[in-house]
Amino acid sequence: MTLLTLSGIRKSFGAVDVLHGVDLSVDKGEVVGLVGDNGAGKSTLMKTITGIYRADAGSIEFDGTDVLPLDPGARRELGIEMIYQDLSLAKQQDVASNIFLGREPTRKLFGLFPGFIDKARMDREAASIIARLGAHLPSINRSVGSFSGGQQQTVAIARALTFNPKLVIMDEPTAALAVREVQGVLDLIRRLKSEGIAVILISHRLNDVLAVTDRIVVLRHGRADANLATARTSMSEVVSRIVGGGDLSAAAMHEQRG
Amino acid sequence: MIHETAQSGLWARAQRTSVEQLHIRLESFIVLIVLSAIMAVLSPFFLSLSNFLNILLATSTIGVLAIAATYVIGSGGLDLSLGSVMGLSGVAGAYVAVNLGAPSPIGLAACVLAGAAAGYVNGQLITRAFVPAFIVTLGMLGLARGLALVISDGRVIYGLPAVMVYVGQGRPLGIPMPVIIFVITAIVAHCVLAYSKFGRHTMALGDSESAARAAGIRVERHRRILYTLSGALAGLAGMLFMARINSGDPTAGLNYELTAITAAIIGGTNLFGGRGSILGTMIGALIMGVLQNGLNLLAVQSYYQQMAIGAVLILAVFIDQYQVRKESRV
Repeated sequence: MTLLTLSGIRKSFGAVDVLHGVDLSVDKGEVVGLVGDNGAGKSTLMKTITGIYRADAGSIEFDGTDVLPLDPGARRELGIEMIYQDLSLAKQQDVASNIFLGREPTRKLFGLFPGFIDKARMDREAASIIARLGAHLPSINRSVGSFSGGQQQTVAIARALTFNPKLVIMDEPTAALAVREVQGVLDLIRRLKSEGIAVILISHRLNDVLAVTDRIVVLRHGRADANLATARTSMSEVVSRIVGGGDLSAAAMHEQRG
Repeated sequence: MIHETAQSGLWARAQRTSVEQLHIRLESFIVLIVLSAIMAVLSPFFLSLSNFLNILLATSTIGVLAIAATYVIGSGGLDLSLGSVMGLSGVAGAYVAVNLGAPSPIGLAACVLAGAAAGYVNGQLITRAFVPAFIVTLGMLGLARGLALVISDGRVIYGLPAVMVYVGQGRPLGIPMPVIIFVITAIVAHCVLAYSKFGRHTMALGDSESAARAAGIRVERHRRILYTLSGALAGLAGMLFMARINSGDPTAGLNYELTAITAAIIGGTNLFGGRGSILGTMIGALIMGVLQNGLNLLAVQSYYQQMAIGAVLILAVFIDQYQVRKESRV
């Protein structure tokens, strides 16, 4: 069952054309790897899905809804979540504030004034989410900026998973992690898949992409240049598609050694 | 040596708890107490109920402006037009009541509305025309002051109706009306900033605009509301000042943005956004009030007061930056 369908997505910034008509579809519970060289348009494409950028042309259908006219908040409501490479955390705010940012549970102050945050409930739920992820944080009330990189990523992941997403986009989630933490992220992706949640994984680490995805889409010069079933492809094919043909066995060997 | 590090650890913990839980810089509270103690020793008039009310009365105008500064700076913005907009608002209210002969409530409302209008223009220019807040509000500083002088023809507008004067000079239960309005405003502003969705989004916005955007917060709309709110608060400050001096003075609020921003910064508002509280800002405003009051009692010329406030602003930011650098080195 198709969850997300992009067709003919175009996006340019001034005179620079970044996306020249991208077609992409993701099934429910499918893990799709999105690879491509720097400047191929991976991050731009993902930001048109989350609504941070508005596509110049094309259509985006998610779970049967045309999401193109919707703002990022409305798209999150529908179940599109993204974990950004820079994590996009508000570093001076605490864990719960970050996890619930934009979707805080509210109550009425003195039973009269609406729009006030139910901080106790927020802290409680944040703590249980962190515990469910099997992570340990120094304190739920500390500002996120005082945490280590791995801990900050835990917060970003928790924020993406709290509101029952249908699609989670991860931008280079393993780029800055230690070996053991990488396995944790890959396990998490497998777990999401088993729960029927679709994942788009952007990564330069082709070993990771080959290990967890069902399908690999290669973005090249602003187009979806190749669509490879992970089970029937190889490191060398992916590498040659990224760089654009030729004999690249040396480069592929290098990637394989990781 | 070991004893010393243990002590500094305790102090650092108290500092962190104070900043994280209450969003108050512990130092600012100590500065307020020390400053008050010095003034009490230097002047026999300092420690009296009437002088205390005097300080609160003088702080009420600055305090309302400082609340506006806390919201805007906390959101990663800047409003340099606070003092000028305050002056414009007082003139607008006086003009509507005296020259146009409108009823008092309309004259009072005109102050707040004039301020909100100036703030709305700021917000539109910043979020739709993409002119930096520094430039827009610096321009508005000139525009609003000039407009106040144009409306009043450069003269002070006298002869406010009694109801308007009561808002500035009335003393129900012995407490000056401006103090009552200021305290109520501060309590509401504190609750909204610390506990409401709007307030928390304001700080998140100043912390990381991209995070706020990714979270689905409508960043531009939020900023427009903030600048309009800032203008409305400057209008409220203008109203209090106009009613207190019983006239619409086009030069009212001159350089008040300096004092208001200083109060917010020494109260713990992060200059670059993301952190700040009304509680802290109130301590900052009281430090400003005590400083001015004390220097008045000691008959220090007002020129030196300006210098003192400017020096305090630079000192406060220096201490803040010093601590940030020290923490990042550790």
